[in-house]
Amino acid sequence: MEFLKERGPYPDLRVNIGSLVLQNPVMTASGTFGYAREFEPLVNLHRLGAVIVKGISLAPRQGNPPQRIVETACGMLNAIGLQNVGVERFISEKMPYLRGLDVPVIVNILGDTVEEYRQLTERLVGVDGIAAIEVNISCPNVKKGGVAFGADPKMARAVTEAVKTAADVPVMVKLSPNVSDITILARAVEDGGADSVSLINTLIGMAIDLRRRKPVLANVIGGLSGPAIKPVALRMVYQVAGSVSIPVIGIGGIDSAEDALEFILAGASAVQIGTANFINPRVSEEVVEGIAAYVREHDLQSIRELIGALEA
Amino acid sequence: MSQHQEKARIIRFEQLSADNVRLTLEAPLIAAAAAPGHFVMIRAGNGQDPLLRRPFSLHQASSNGQIQIYFRIVGRGTDMLAHCRVGELLDVFGPLGRGYRIDRQAPACLVGGGLGIAPLLFLAKRICQSGRDHHRDLVILGGRSSGDVEPLVEDFRQFGRSLQCATDDGSFGRQGLVTDVLKAEQLEPGTVVYACGPEPMLARVHRICVDRGLSCQVSIESVMACGMGACLGCNVDAAGGGYLHVCIDGPVFNAEDLVWNS
Repeated sequence: MEFLKERGPYPDLRVNIGSLVLQNPVMTASGTFGYAREFEPLVNLHRLGAVIVKGISLAPRQGNPPQRIVETACGMLNAIGLQNVGVERFISEKMPYLRGLDVPVIVNILGDTVEEYRQLTERLVGVDGIAAIEVNISCPNVKKGGVAFGADPKMARAVTEAVKTAADVPVMVKLSPNVSDITILARAVEDGGADSVSLINTLIGMAIDLRRRKPVLANVIGGLSGPAIKPVALRMVYQVAGSVSIPVIGIGGIDSAEDALEFILAGASAVQIGTANFINPRVSEEVVEGIAAYVREHDLQSIRELIGALEA
Repeated sequence: MSQHQEKARIIRFEQLSADNVRLTLEAPLIAAAAAPGHFVMIRAGNGQDPLLRRPFSLHQASSNGQIQIYFRIVGRGTDMLAHCRVGELLDVFGPLGRGYRIDRQAPACLVGGGLGIAPLLFLAKRICQSGRDHHRDLVILGGRSSGDVEPLVEDFRQFGRSLQCATDDGSFGRQGLVTDVLKAEQLEPGTVVYACGPEPMLARVHRICVDRGLSCQVSIESVMACGMGACLGCNVDAAGGGYLHVCIDGPVFNAEDLVWNS
């Protein structure tokens, strides 16, 4: 009994993302966790709040030529080019395993046109085992000169409306940080019907090989992720949480429970762990344990008490 | 293949030449699951810079639970590893990838250039353990100078294979490239060539094998973040179009499945 008293019961880590209830606030970010099965030998997947799978497009994409990634100070740049198996193979080959998991599966989607996003969402309607859709709006709109959907409030809203109208599950919109005022984009997708927003996607960056006098990445530019972007992400989550009334999911350089808790204090209802999965495949599970320990040690009734509880 | 994340104790540190280092680690789970050509991802330090693990092919894995890596100090990550001390723990993840497919009937020719010698020692051991007739097997090792080759010769000699060495500067073995040695050898028909080394060397090995109708497996390297098929950062051009990923489709490939620039 002494032991039980010391440890206390397992703390209440449940959070709500609109109508979606997660057993804890820790998700794996799209593109850093494959289709989950890759991590099965190393992680107890059932301990996670949710799994967000690699972004899916209507047709398969083979992605960019090499070199696709490069390490930078406390971070990495990637230009994978959205390589994925396409929605049909995703449903036939990946979903059977995913729906067997006792953890919500969130499907990340991407497209070149509003129409493509709509068709993709329609294809996912009725597919068993999908808890929510996350919309990547950082892709270029090929019909609008390649400007990213996420850089223009009107386009961001249009994509959100198209997906939301077609979808039969909650819709989370993943915001790009490569804008002058992210709160404008957050409000635009909220107006478009988004059930939640997740942020931030990668920050656009570049690396140069001085010896060859060439860009390191074949794509020249890539997305910066990892601990290097955490302060920027934290600031944006804080600003967005103060500007919208839908739940905010924090992403950017999280590799510990402390990092995750900082995002929650800044106003995030949940977090996503991305690049850290590459370095420590068990990190997401360790963050769940760390959050549980914090809640217990600080005698909180629930993790929900901490959401946005930053003291001014 | 089962993968493991282990805290591996450094039990031996060998500075084999000015910039080549060999570490022996205690990693019983990884050692038990490993096969020649597999690799491990190792974290240099515990901080956020350098952030990513570094891939290393397995130089040895023994039944006593030990693994070895052999590397050149080329950047900050390898420099940090080269400054580790015996007794320290390293975070090691593996074994990963697809290794060499050993043909137990065919004569074997192992060709290693520079740090590409690393995975061949483990391969030589496994080929030797298969206990077949080996008088037709051949090992060819090469490097910039004696420091790249000489310290490893004894380890290969114990397997009783015929051994030929070459260095760029002629300081050990004959002067020239491993591919010069390979060209001069009369390999038996049906010999399988197992190679690892810099890309231009592998391209020449592939060319020689194509000309002689020999099957050739190469282990290649790439920048990678995760080593397990999640980041998709380690793609290479596939001969049939599209891409292959070094971490899950390789690092050992049939040479004919890749695109060679030569």
